[in-house]
Amino acid sequence: MKVDLTVNGKEITADVEDRMLLVHFLRDVADLTATNVGCDTTSCGACTVLLDGESVKSCTVLAAQASGHEVTTVEGLASDGTMHPVQQAFHEQHGLQCGFCTPGMVMAIVSLLKENPHPNEEQVRTGLEGNLCRCTGYHNIVRAALAASEVSS
Amino acid sequence: MSIMGTRVIRTEDPRLLTAGGVYVDDVRTPELNAAARLTFVRSPVAHARITGIDASEALSEPGVVAVLTVADMDDLAPPPPSSGEWDGSPAPLGGPWAEPLLAIDTVRFVGEPVAVVITDNRYQGEDAADLVAVDYEPLPVVLGPAAAVADEILLFPAAGTNVAIANPVPTDDAPFDACDVVVEQDIVNQRVACLPMEGRATAASLENGKLTVWASSQNAQVSRFILAGALGMAPDQIRVVVPDVGGGFGAKIGVDRDTITIAWAARKLGRALRWAETRSENLVAMTQGRAQLQHIKIGGSRDGRILAYRIDVIQDAGAYQRIGGLLPFLTCLMAPGVYDIPDVQAGFRQAVTNTTPIGAYRGAGRPEATAAIERALDLFAAEIGMDPAEVRRRNFIAPDKFPFQTKTGAMYDTGRYAEALDKALAVAGYDQLREEQRRRRASGDPRQLGIGVSSYVEITAPDPDAGETAKIEVTDNGSATVYTGSSAHGQGHHTAWAMLVQDELGIPMDQITVIHGDTDLIPAGVGTYGSRSLQLGGSAVHKAALEVKDEARHHAATMLEAAEADVVLDTSTGLWQVRGDPDTALSWAQVAGHSSGGSLIADVSFVQERPTFPFGTHVSVVEVDTETGQVKMLRHVTVDDAGTVLNPVLTEGQRHGGIAQGAAQALLEEVLYDADGNPLTSTLADYAAVSAPDLPSFELADSQTPTDLNPLGVKGIGEAGTIGSTPAIQNAVVDAVSHLGVRHIDMPATPQRVWTAITEARKASNQ
Repeated sequence: MKVDLTVNGKEITADVEDRMLLVHFLRDVADLTATNVGCDTTSCGACTVLLDGESVKSCTVLAAQASGHEVTTVEGLASDGTMHPVQQAFHEQHGLQCGFCTPGMVMAIVSLLKENPHPNEEQVRTGLEGNLCRCTGYHNIVRAALAASEVSS
Repeated sequence: MSIMGTRVIRTEDPRLLTAGGVYVDDVRTPELNAAARLTFVRSPVAHARITGIDASEALSEPGVVAVLTVADMDDLAPPPPSSGEWDGSPAPLGGPWAEPLLAIDTVRFVGEPVAVVITDNRYQGEDAADLVAVDYEPLPVVLGPAAAVADEILLFPAAGTNVAIANPVPTDDAPFDACDVVVEQDIVNQRVACLPMEGRATAASLENGKLTVWASSQNAQVSRFILAGALGMAPDQIRVVVPDVGGGFGAKIGVDRDTITIAWAARKLGRALRWAETRSENLVAMTQGRAQLQHIKIGGSRDGRILAYRIDVIQDAGAYQRIGGLLPFLTCLMAPGVYDIPDVQAGFRQAVTNTTPIGAYRGAGRPEATAAIERALDLFAAEIGMDPAEVRRRNFIAPDKFPFQTKTGAMYDTGRYAEALDKALAVAGYDQLREEQRRRRASGDPRQLGIGVSSYVEITAPDPDAGETAKIEVTDNGSATVYTGSSAHGQGHHTAWAMLVQDELGIPMDQITVIHGDTDLIPAGVGTYGSRSLQLGGSAVHKAALEVKDEARHHAATMLEAAEADVVLDTSTGLWQVRGDPDTALSWAQVAGHSSGGSLIADVSFVQERPTFPFGTHVSVVEVDTETGQVKMLRHVTVDDAGTVLNPVLTEGQRHGGIAQGAAQALLEEVLYDADGNPLTSTLADYAAVSAPDLPSFELADSQTPTDLNPLGVKGIGEAGTIGSTPAIQNAVVDAVSHLGVRHIDMPATPQRVWTAITEARKASNQ
């Protein structure tokens, strides 16, 4: 079927299988490989992207469902070579190690801070329940989210 | 001012944050443009004979290129003859225990590869794999190490037993008979999933007789060695590329049968192939960790002196012997921990079961040793009615006894165990915590406070003689390139190695490129495991930097017409000068340009005389709801001493991640099977992976006791967090309910397990 998505501000039209997942559309059709697949049960959040500004797990959305909508991936977050405050906070707070969960984690936090610009630590931790990281113990990811919320205030 | 020991944020981050890493499945290179997808057909049963495989229906599906089974592997030589005895190396056992690439006539665990399906795209592969009809004739299953050693059902009848490796524990009861108090306990150190966020992934391509394999691995060179042996190729016919790796934790050391099979299939078909496992595959087919049944016995005097300790381990190997007896060997080596115990008896048996093979997982044998001795200390303390921290203090190896030869054969390099304990207790506010615990106990608060202490020592770079390689090239544009045999998968090697070079050569970090994981560029190397990278790989970089500097000094002296002894490098500016003459100054670019090839190169390997032994103390504070059994981590305080710290940002990150994985084992995670050997935790919806709300922020205190075994004074820090945290948290849970009569709760301390322990203890005290 024909789908028409706006990804990071750029329109992409393609003929895809009906069952193609959004994450595979992003990776294989749009060639945006930052968004990763970490599980097959919507549990890990590595594939988190923004769909019309709200976070979704792109392994659980069909490309067809996203047709006509706007998708933002981590590649579309920085502007003019300047990292988004959440990206910058991840860098400064050492919020990433292997980097595999990072794109999804960053997008989840962008969404979380949009909904709650000044969360406390508990709210950050609860908000990230659906995003798994095996490297950082979440400690510096939480620090990064809190630091980014300071910047945006 | 030296950059060493300062908080440098990572050079790796901007790329990972803005463009994402390039993991195997992200590699876009011409060789892989037309790559087909490979999908495994895996056994759905734990133990069965294969009586037939029919691929005809699958082959008629659209996009199916081929279906291959072991019958197609006629181009591979049979495995070399082997007695099947363990030679002490971390290599798989051969002989009757040999593991095939694809199942031959028997499957021995759910997830075992039986066939591969090659298709044009990934969805076709999943469809077609379902259509490969395999006839299984079920066999009775062996589950759990205790059943395995009973030898009633055999996985490998030709071996005549399930016990592949036996190093029996001595059973000298005399030292225990002389003790005032003796406590014994069965302990389960449960099977857990390693769970790197990126599962295993491989791509392979054969061009002009050369096989290129992209693998998510912890070591390209070891992977190449394994592939060359398995495929009957010369190492220089194979190039292994390890791009970004999304976590390893021990489960990606080298490559396993799945990756070898893909490389073979790409060669067989002459077509490039890609594979990235699903999480459901990962949770049944990637090696798992721990899986020990331990029996411990500890004896001592009523004044808190421990006089004898015994640990008898049964290691569940899973279905195949992937790394010899390494895990229980390390458990026995580290059995006495930080304590000066006059009599230590340690031994193990390792047995096969119809489960996923066991391999290294963060700590690999040492967390199991620490969990056992630290539980034993608490059991002993409870028995004599002494504070568990005080019992530890009374039994530590004294700081003036180092280097210290343990009864189990380890040579500890340096340690200040009491200082680490005292510092951790002070930061935690131990006395106030005990006061709060007394208050809650007195008031009958349903939410009881538990305080757990774990003092640990572990072995890092356990194979120091294998060493590590480094090559540094400084070119006539003044930049440096570091080629390292070590292998990064999140640790921050690229930042750390650049710091080492900047510190020694004065070339700024942004002019330094670090390259790892490509056997064409770095043919010799060992890789990353056993917390070896900084002490071996970092020391190699340091050594290479010194050699480059010596060569540069020679050129600079010629150019400046000065004696070499009078030529100095100002590392703050990166300029070569004649001592006392600031007007003479040569840049690295000028000096490198003076050499015949326009660059200065040092190619070295660094070997360490002995392993190093980091140590520390963790204090865990938990709250246990005695009505529901729910455990909540309130605080976690650690002192982790791994010698000199190169970059606190990186070591803290390693500690954080390690603590979380320990907490995961202590409270949440366990791989489970039903009675037929079907995995019950084969997706992330079922496996209780630790997540952010399960954990508090961690409180880390600094401690640095350098080792003299390498020029940097460093020990490993990658695994210490897990080794220290696991028993501290387990001890805290037991401590919270010890006043109710509970003495032990196996991990993971789930609400059901904690509630049951409380209920049983109450019942016992009412009788």
